[in-house]
Amino acid sequence: MDEGLSLDRVQVRLNGRVLLSLDLAVAPGTVTSVMGPSGSGKSTLLGAVMGTLSAPFEVLGRIRLDGADLSGRPPEARGIGILFQDDLLFPHLSVGANLAFGLPPGLRGRAARRAAVDAALSEIGMAGFAARDPGSLSGGQKIRVALMRTLLSEPRALLLDEPFSSLDADLRAQMRTMVFARARARTLPVLMVTHDAEDAAAADGPVLRLG
Amino acid sequence: MTDVRSQGAARHRPQRRPARVLPAVPMLATAFLLLPVGAGVLGTLAPAFGVLPAAGVMQPGLGAFADLAAWPGLPDAVRLSLVAGGVSTLLSLAVVTAVLAAWSGTRTFAAVRALLSPLLSVPHAAAAFGLAFLIAPSGWILRALSPWATGFDRPPDWLIVQDPWGLTLIAGLVAKEVPFVMLMALAALGQADAGRAMTVARSLGYGRMTAWVKVVFPQVYRQIRLPVYVVLAFSMTVVDVAIVLGPNTPPSLAVQAVKWMGDPDLAMRLRAAAAAVLQLALVLGALAAWWLGERAVAALGRRWIAAGGRGRREVWARRAALGIAGLSAAAVLGGLAVLALWSVAGFWAFPDPWPSGLTMQNWTRHAMTLNATVAETAVIAAVSTLIALTLAIGCLEAEMRHGLRLGAAGLWLLYLPLLVPQVAFLPGLSTAMLLAGVQGGTAAVTAAHVLFVFPYVFLALGDPWRAWDRRYGTVASALGAGPDRVLWSVRLPMLLAPLLTAAAVGVSVSVGQYLPTLLIGGGRVQTLTTDAVALASGGDRRAIGVFALAQTAAALVPFALAIGLPRLIYARRGGMRHG
Repeated sequence: MDEGLSLDRVQVRLNGRVLLSLDLAVAPGTVTSVMGPSGSGKSTLLGAVMGTLSAPFEVLGRIRLDGADLSGRPPEARGIGILFQDDLLFPHLSVGANLAFGLPPGLRGRAARRAAVDAALSEIGMAGFAARDPGSLSGGQKIRVALMRTLLSEPRALLLDEPFSSLDADLRAQMRTMVFARARARTLPVLMVTHDAEDAAAADGPVLRLG
Repeated sequence: MTDVRSQGAARHRPQRRPARVLPAVPMLATAFLLLPVGAGVLGTLAPAFGVLPAAGVMQPGLGAFADLAAWPGLPDAVRLSLVAGGVSTLLSLAVVTAVLAAWSGTRTFAAVRALLSPLLSVPHAAAAFGLAFLIAPSGWILRALSPWATGFDRPPDWLIVQDPWGLTLIAGLVAKEVPFVMLMALAALGQADAGRAMTVARSLGYGRMTAWVKVVFPQVYRQIRLPVYVVLAFSMTVVDVAIVLGPNTPPSLAVQAVKWMGDPDLAMRLRAAAAAVLQLALVLGALAAWWLGERAVAALGRRWIAAGGRGRREVWARRAALGIAGLSAAAVLGGLAVLALWSVAGFWAFPDPWPSGLTMQNWTRHAMTLNATVAETAVIAAVSTLIALTLAIGCLEAEMRHGLRLGAAGLWLLYLPLLVPQVAFLPGLSTAMLLAGVQGGTAAVTAAHVLFVFPYVFLALGDPWRAWDRRYGTVASALGAGPDRVLWSVRLPMLLAPLLTAAAVGVSVSVGQYLPTLLIGGGRVQTLTTDAVALASGGDRRAIGVFALAQTAAALVPFALAIGLPRLIYARRGGMRHG
């Protein structure tokens, strides 16, 4: 399979000890859930895919995105977006500047970038929020901005690291629907790490258990 | 496993190609600390053993030491160094331990904490002058008590300041070292799980102070050992505080060595080198003794803990701890107030508690010298801090990107310029610099300051840097930002407050330096500290008030900026207000 995100006999080792060993393929527009108790290697998996594991960790095997081998590429050159449990909006930047941080540098001109940010805000029902302080947003608004910031960077795959576990039940269902819908609309392969069975059920895709 | 590799799978370390400069920064910083200290110690050892080619001396032997041994003041000078250093370090550690045991985690303690930064930034020399102005026979305390309580209408003939036992010197050192040890202990406390350990111990029936000393102190002390060693080495060899508060017949060994260093007579310079080497040996011996003492106390402590005493009557101990700490804070702050008063005092006769008039004349009289000195002080402090901050950021960034973490050995190295007595390596360093063709000007003094500024800046920045949530970096990378953009657009702006605090610490360390300015500058570079200390023997209280206050302001203003600027810059960023 050339399209999507694939992990081909991937092993992560630490000082010779195997932490994680798996094979999986995530097709565009689908969500694969990885479940497991804490310590089963979920965050190691994300680190391997993101390219943030450094020595003494060793990653063996191949990680491919749309056919291209990602081995050895730094995180910023992988084209993979990530959403964590916390929104991690940069607290020193305004909402608009956070979104602009994700815009590709190829989009030139202050006005054009400003327009792209405003359009993105409108898309998530937050028109006029560009100058706001991220600290003043509600939990749901923060997640929407974080998601939009990631999507603006035009990733070719999306990783979700327990993205909804800090939310209460109501908001959780709502945000889940939004994230999955937008990822599908862009036909992104999504790899979600979670310990919440409801997340996995809502993802409506393959479920992999670690540990 | 082999299966995976035989299939031709790529084996790679998922790490980016290292940049060229960054990985070299830790090595550079290490060399920067190690070389000057090493060269300096060698450059001091050689003349002590009769080798000073620069002055045409080539008589290898122990002549300088024999000469030193024949100096009648030697036993007193040595005793003073050992007693002042040992006692003030023990007292500072005891006060900090008692206050933390009695009050940490309470509301009272929040007040103690708030006083810490300003107390810490007051330069040693200014604090020493302030203490002298408080407790001298003609000082403010006796004025306030006279004549109604004491009956004095002229200052009594008491030797309080510069007493031969060095008690005032010890008091001055304790007042300045308590905030430093406290700050280090607080940083260590943040890493110990003190809250829950205390809850467990107290639920087992232990009193608050007993519980803290038995359960938390061992963890904290392990972390603050090196800073305590620094305090010991510093207190034994301090020069500026000892000139102001210590006896002068004879003075402490370090002060006497500096006096001899300035002597035009070559024999005196060789004797000075011998004294500096003896001072180094004394410090090493004291450190070894302290290390043995740690072991003895640990053994006794284990027995004490195993005996299971709960220690109940602690009310008075708690009050005493707070009282002593309060007294040492009051000595510094009260001293500053009296300095300020003298700097604007007109006629002020004993025993009047207040001057009969206030005037700006003292300031205008010194304005010319003051302006030039302030400018020189500011340039040296700013440049040395900037260099130190750049090195520190480089080291921490290399640690983050390439995992080049400073090990235990690296930590000792960081403390090296603070552990080796200044008097034992600065003269040699100045000789080495002359040999290398470096003239002792402002640039050389600035470079020497970096040696002492860098360790403090690194320590101040290290914890917040490492505590920074690395997921912000991951998110920024995933958005396409390379490591440099992550550093400049995300990490540094987010760490603005700790960066400015580290810079303020650096400036206050530089402003407070006395010996590096004096010895490396060859007497040609004048800062507020050298000017203030030079006034000590003259006894012009108004001039001392002016210069000591200016020195304090030079150290304090950056702290105020470090607190104020981030609030101003991030006034509309709620997420930047904490952490």
